[in-house]
Amino acid sequence: MRVPLSWLREHVDLPADLTADGLEKALVKVGLEVEEMTDAGASVEGPLVVGRVESIEELQGLKKPIRYCLVDVGNAEPQGIICGARNFAEGDLVVVALPGAVLPGGFAIAARKTYGHISNGMICSARELGVSDEHEGIIVLPPGTAAPGAEARPVVGLDDIVVEVNVTPDRGYCFSVRGIARELSHSLGGAYHDPVAAVVPIEGDGSSLGEEAYRIDVRDSVACDRFTAVAVRGVDPAAPTPQWMTARLAVAGIRSISLPVDITNYLMIETGQPMHAWDLERLTGPLVVRRAAAGEKLTTLDGVKRALDPQDIVIADDTGVVSLAAVMGGSTTEVSASTVDVLLEAAHWDPLSVARTIRRHKLPSEAGKRYERGVDPQITAAAAARAAALLAEHGGGTVDPRVTDVYAVVPPAPVTMAVTRPSELAGIDYTQERVVEVLTMIGASVEVDGGRAVVTPPSWRPDLTDPADLVEEVLRLDGYDRIPSILPIAPPGAGLSVTQRRRRTVGRALADAGFTETLCYPFVGVGVLDALRIPAGDPRRDLVLLRNPLSDEEPGMRTTLLPPLLGALRRNLGRGLRDLALFELGTVFLPGGPVRVAPSAGVDGPPPAEELRAAEALLPHQPWHVAAVIAGDADPAGWWGAGRPADWADAVDAARVAAEAAGVTLTVRAGVDVAGGPEAVAPWHPGRCAALLVGDTVVGYAGELHPAVCADLDLPRRTVAMEFDLDAVPIPGVSTAPRLSGFPTALLDVALVVDAATPAGDVASALTEGAGALLESVRLFDVYEGAQLGAGRKSLAYKLTFRAADRTLTGEEALAARDAAVAVAADRFGATLRGA
Amino acid sequence: MTYRNDPYDPKQAVLLAQDALDDAVAGADKAFAGASDLDALAALKSQHLGDRAPISLARREIGSLPPAAKADAGKRVNEARVAVQSAFDARLAALTAEREERVLVEETVDVTLPTGRRPRGAQHPLTAIMERVGDLFVGMGYEVAEGPEAEWEWYNFDALNMHPDHPARSMMDTFFVAASGADRDTDSRIVLRTHTSPVQARTMLTRKPPIYIVCPGRVYRTDELDATHTPVFHQVEGLVIDKGITMAHLKGTLDHFVKGLFGPGTETRLRPSYFPFVEPGAEIDMWFPHHRDGARWVEWGGCGMVNPRVLRACGIDPDEYSGFAFGMGIERALMFRNAAGDMRDMVEGDVRYARAFGWEA
Repeated sequence: MRVPLSWLREHVDLPADLTADGLEKALVKVGLEVEEMTDAGASVEGPLVVGRVESIEELQGLKKPIRYCLVDVGNAEPQGIICGARNFAEGDLVVVALPGAVLPGGFAIAARKTYGHISNGMICSARELGVSDEHEGIIVLPPGTAAPGAEARPVVGLDDIVVEVNVTPDRGYCFSVRGIARELSHSLGGAYHDPVAAVVPIEGDGSSLGEEAYRIDVRDSVACDRFTAVAVRGVDPAAPTPQWMTARLAVAGIRSISLPVDITNYLMIETGQPMHAWDLERLTGPLVVRRAAAGEKLTTLDGVKRALDPQDIVIADDTGVVSLAAVMGGSTTEVSASTVDVLLEAAHWDPLSVARTIRRHKLPSEAGKRYERGVDPQITAAAAARAAALLAEHGGGTVDPRVTDVYAVVPPAPVTMAVTRPSELAGIDYTQERVVEVLTMIGASVEVDGGRAVVTPPSWRPDLTDPADLVEEVLRLDGYDRIPSILPIAPPGAGLSVTQRRRRTVGRALADAGFTETLCYPFVGVGVLDALRIPAGDPRRDLVLLRNPLSDEEPGMRTTLLPPLLGALRRNLGRGLRDLALFELGTVFLPGGPVRVAPSAGVDGPPPAEELRAAEALLPHQPWHVAAVIAGDADPAGWWGAGRPADWADAVDAARVAAEAAGVTLTVRAGVDVAGGPEAVAPWHPGRCAALLVGDTVVGYAGELHPAVCADLDLPRRTVAMEFDLDAVPIPGVSTAPRLSGFPTALLDVALVVDAATPAGDVASALTEGAGALLESVRLFDVYEGAQLGAGRKSLAYKLTFRAADRTLTGEEALAARDAAVAVAADRFGATLRGA
Repeated sequence: MTYRNDPYDPKQAVLLAQDALDDAVAGADKAFAGASDLDALAALKSQHLGDRAPISLARREIGSLPPAAKADAGKRVNEARVAVQSAFDARLAALTAEREERVLVEETVDVTLPTGRRPRGAQHPLTAIMERVGDLFVGMGYEVAEGPEAEWEWYNFDALNMHPDHPARSMMDTFFVAASGADRDTDSRIVLRTHTSPVQARTMLTRKPPIYIVCPGRVYRTDELDATHTPVFHQVEGLVIDKGITMAHLKGTLDHFVKGLFGPGTETRLRPSYFPFVEPGAEIDMWFPHHRDGARWVEWGGCGMVNPRVLRACGIDPDEYSGFAFGMGIERALMFRNAAGDMRDMVEGDVRYARAFGWEA
């Protein structure tokens, strides 16, 4: 809501020296956020004058229409000025920035040669001057506004402070000069002059009593609880809108259309009452207010033919629907350039219905915005009377003394509040007198009865329905700055939960291991799943889809962290960075079947537990995953030598680091065996993919990415990655402290020859199992394949460390344990001792 | 060779003469001093301290002396031996020190060579700030609550006094999850949460007051990414429900919070505003003395007293309990706290960004 200070001053007494800064503070204090403040007097520097266009020469042969104009700016000779706009004619008054002027944004005007002519200045649009966003053509001033050469600033409202107020949804009444002026009077204490109170009602000669300006038939008093109509006949269709009015409309961002329409818009800004101007001659029969019938259609003023919904409130005449009430009029009955008899409508519509119609037809409008947030139902008659008077004054018509006023307004319900309630919620003491004073100040009527205040809100405050709303009024108008700062003492807490601590530890462990955290967008599309070679039917293809994604390429939510993470990897590579290790800790979205429509629930009390459970069950499963990717060297190159390229083992190790931080040790098995085939381990290289298990549960995979995936995603070959479901990892119990033995160790090496396909991890498990309690550790230190072993065989060399808790082991004991270990390996995998 | 039972032999007894002992000591001193390194010194050791050294030979003669002379000779020989041993030890220590010093010099390296053997990682600064916020409130006795990002509309809107036609609801720029079907346009009443406030409703429905929680987390709005907007961002929500909670408590909590996160000298100012789930409601302005462009007020989030309608919808009796809630953006905190100029840097995953903050942001 943009409004000039000069307009506000007409309705509230403000200090003469009120600055832009002072105005902003005063508005903010009562809760009106200032979006923008323009001290218009300071926004244009240098000469800005009124000019009259003497002649227009259309330049030929150019790509776009360009005019060379001679403009009288009060000098002896007219100025030659080049102009690209076309909405003006010879003789029109325009606004000219002369050389030396500087427009908002630092745009300096100078005489310059262009299109073969010297252009001595610029003919300005409203946007170029910063008075509004209007930029379709230049400003054309009404005839007789001022003489050529006159200072143009006052004419276009550039001698004023313009404030743009951001009105919160509860304060519909502040979408008007009337409302903002009232709040300023609360804030600064100056007297308030209600523009509605000043209106002279339409008075006939008495003969019109009981008669109507026009037959209005309201068939749904919920949809419309008030409809006032006034007729003005014999209006001069050519009568221009006074310049002061178009200037104020321009500031508000509303374009001048015609005198009747401008007047309705002007009064909407001033009083907050949206209005509509009908062409009486184009109406056929009475106007009927009702809900739309199924199948009805209406072509609205914007030229769009709309199918109406049975919930839409419409106005119809004998020809059918002629207006989408409160939102937009129809094209067949609007006032036109030939309208002589005007019917002015000021009505009050159901906010809920209007809100729905706006959204249903995607038709936001100035009127709809106000109705949706609440319009004062008591001002329709005053607004209509004032509109009629202005139309008669400037358009020369005659006001019909008959007024139609269909009235079914339900008065606001009184709200009962304990007088102490504001004090209880603010933490300071307000006297009863102060509470009553503030509530009276905002226009409410207050009766105090035994500690309870019965408050009837004013008609323009439909937002005041609950005691809490009244509490806010007291606190805000007495001043939030008076509320002290007291730290409440919370009961002792239990600290972070175990899962919260675990996520932190995992993140820190990965960062410590050289990985850099990313917080990627979780949006994905099927394209990247294809690139990852994720097979059809894989649950990772089962996406939670958005109705309104930012990009149709990525309409879904990630089911794996890898697509966004690999995207970040590629972005880093694209920026010339190398040897990258990234990780992400975040949620994935698994619908686990079709996404069904969740129930709706009431808000009068807590929904029943079964309803909450039902809704919860319909939400996608959203477990926390952890993922990491590495490309390039895992150990950096340097003056000490070459780097070590990352390989599948780095990915598995990253998973182990993360899992150990979570308190569990992962078991690793060949991915293809666990997933059920080479395709199922996508996006990993089927021969270099490890399944990660906790106990018997597969929690994720790690390894080298499939070469085709790297190629499709423009990633370096041998990029490696891991991902596992952190929420699938059980929370470990309390760790048991180890008992450390100080007795010496016995170290024995064994080299076992096994089939080349035998997993080394399984052999180690067998050795561990067989060695028994004396075994302290088993470490694989060499893997050898060679001709002397025979084809398809390999040798695995392990170092076994034995130690007893209570004695120094004898050689015999150690050897016996070793033999027992080898025996299990031999039994399970046919392992033989190398050289044996 | 002289034997114990030999008759007195003056030629042999010469070895025990004081002059001879003094000569032996002096000779050893001179020889040790002349040794230029540890190897030369080692070579001299047996000559002056070995079995055939003059003093060792002299000691053997003592036995042949008459009993009356033995004590005196023994004392003198011992003194001479101690003197030689001391000279040797001193020289050994000096040469060892010399060698160690030389080795240390020889082993000198250029310590300014780069040492990046292990790649460095980093946490994202937004994570660091969220953890910091969590720690601050946990320290005050709060707990950290959580909720899903794809959320039931009722928690995100209805329970928070935003009925389906509420203007504030359409201002939230919500991502809507589609129900499964052919056209991806059937609404499922599931949304990507537009704020962390649904966690308020979840908490109130599952816990009994007193409730003191914060909820840092990821939220979504349909903004296009630019320098100051991102469709995916982070908030922290705070909620307190207890008996006798006032707006003064809200103010006190916010003051403590901003001092903890932004440093001493920081304070808050409440400005009347509107959020459907609080009444009275306020915007939070923060006096930030450490702003890169000079001390100033910065807007940081909204707050207010929990609307009794919200309490009722979540099963809490507004006549018994009152409470406050606040919510603010983490990205925005990073912007003014750490002078971050462009939100795109926070979401693109460029490793240079997170690394620049190290571990604590």
